[in-house]
Amino acid sequence: MNVEVLRAGALTTIQDLGRLGHQREGVPEAGAMDAHAARLANLLVGNLESAALLEATLLGPALRFAGATTVALGGADFGATLDGEALAPWRAVAVSAGATLELGAARDGCRAYIAIAGGIEVPAVLGSRSTYLPAAIGGLDGRALRRGDVLQASVPGESRARRSLPVAQRPVYDGNVRLVPSEMLAALGDAARATLLGEEFRVSPDSDRMGCRLTGPRLGGAAVPELLSSGATMGTVQLPPGGAPIVLMADHQTTGGYPVLGHVATVDLGKVAQLRPGDPIRFTGISLDDAQRLYLERERAIAALRRALSFPP
Amino acid sequence: MSVVLPRIAPFGDRALVVTLGDRIDDATFQRVQGALARLGGASGEITDVVAGFASITVHYEPLRVAMVGAELPHVALARTVASLLDGVDAVSAAPGRLVEIPVCYEGELAPDLEEVARHTGMSSRDVVRLHSAAEYVVHMIGFVPGFPYLGGLDARLATPRRAEPRTRVPAGSVGIGGAQTGVYPIASPGGWQLIGRTPLRLFDARRESPSLLHVGDRVRFRVVTRREFDALVAR
Repeated sequence: MNVEVLRAGALTTIQDLGRLGHQREGVPEAGAMDAHAARLANLLVGNLESAALLEATLLGPALRFAGATTVALGGADFGATLDGEALAPWRAVAVSAGATLELGAARDGCRAYIAIAGGIEVPAVLGSRSTYLPAAIGGLDGRALRRGDVLQASVPGESRARRSLPVAQRPVYDGNVRLVPSEMLAALGDAARATLLGEEFRVSPDSDRMGCRLTGPRLGGAAVPELLSSGATMGTVQLPPGGAPIVLMADHQTTGGYPVLGHVATVDLGKVAQLRPGDPIRFTGISLDDAQRLYLERERAIAALRRALSFPP
Repeated sequence: MSVVLPRIAPFGDRALVVTLGDRIDDATFQRVQGALARLGGASGEITDVVAGFASITVHYEPLRVAMVGAELPHVALARTVASLLDGVDAVSAAPGRLVEIPVCYEGELAPDLEEVARHTGMSSRDVVRLHSAAEYVVHMIGFVPGFPYLGGLDARLATPRRAEPRTRVPAGSVGIGGAQTGVYPIASPGGWQLIGRTPLRLFDARRESPSLLHVGDRVRFRVVTRREFDALVAR
């Protein structure tokens, strides 16, 4: 089934849950920035959580569906309409042949996910359909969508329309982000720790899929020893020489040499992904134990949802 | 060093880092190689294993970690990794495979060769001779897909990075940045001094193993003429 791109939006890419196992070759995982939202949107239309879907950024696309299918929106609210009727996130709806889905500007976050039943069909590159723009791999020829592109989605077996996500399971997007502090942060001294975990930062306009760059108070503190580059993860908070922290995101370089202040708890990565340039962000400390407990709890909730929607994992 | 190595520490809620030294030297490199061999390929709960100069980052999926009683995944995984690395200091890694990389060190393919010669006080010819005489080892892959951080640069060739990084360095460019040398696998921004170019594709997502080089490989640069370079490109 064809889906025509009538308007591409600011930055709309095909993503899934990332290219796993190739960081050793320097290949970033990429994948949906707000992976939690992407998984939930896919579940609503009856897809595997890892199915390829669209990630819209700040200003969304307009799409025309050549055939009937089911779609669900997840992530931020982009004031979407389906043939002119308002379409809220977190609901699967039936789409008839010839219908047009239009996303506007982000209202309460930065990124929206458009899941189409059956998933978007593009060739997997190194085991993933995620677009990684710097190396031009994955997705649609390794690039963002353009007006006139035609996507293929496989035809679903049965309609999954009218399912909606229980309100209690919908993510809450705000700038309150929990962080597991590193030993390096302790070594930088109390002042640096108090700044990172007490003061408000803002998201810089040069943030992108590689990293969320912060402006605001600068972190000084004890002299930082010269570090040898080593592996990094999504959520690693680095301190470059200028003193303005960076939260590494989905397209982050696989290795880095800047001091590491800590790691955003995985359950809060979606919040960071949904921050817009200029938005405030405030870190609070969380223990590694608690971060992993929250992670396991959330995975259990997703598993319960998967069962409730009666799809195989 | 007072710290007992290898040292295993958490690195966020889905990774841990194994520290195997605090400097770039052969002993550390050997320890990292030995530990990489022990940790093997990604399997089960371990989703990726990434080498640094003196450390290894182990990425894992907490859900897949088998836990005893009420313990958390990071505790169980640290124990598994510790047992895998038990006695790793005593093993000596097998030498890596040797990869020969043809490089043309001429003209427009070597825009900073004269700058390196000027900085090092050598002739361009001697820069090329020294650079292509050494055998290098791949310490790390990072920065961009397939980018090798090579150890073994002749200290006399060390040259600071460019004050103004280039916004676009062509794929295949061979550069010197400080005491390191490497090859840009894909067109990307970069600040290293460019002294040549290889026609080989260091990164190709269509290959099963997309990176030409892997950690532990040995590398030699073979001097080729512009004519040979063009012939290899055309192939």
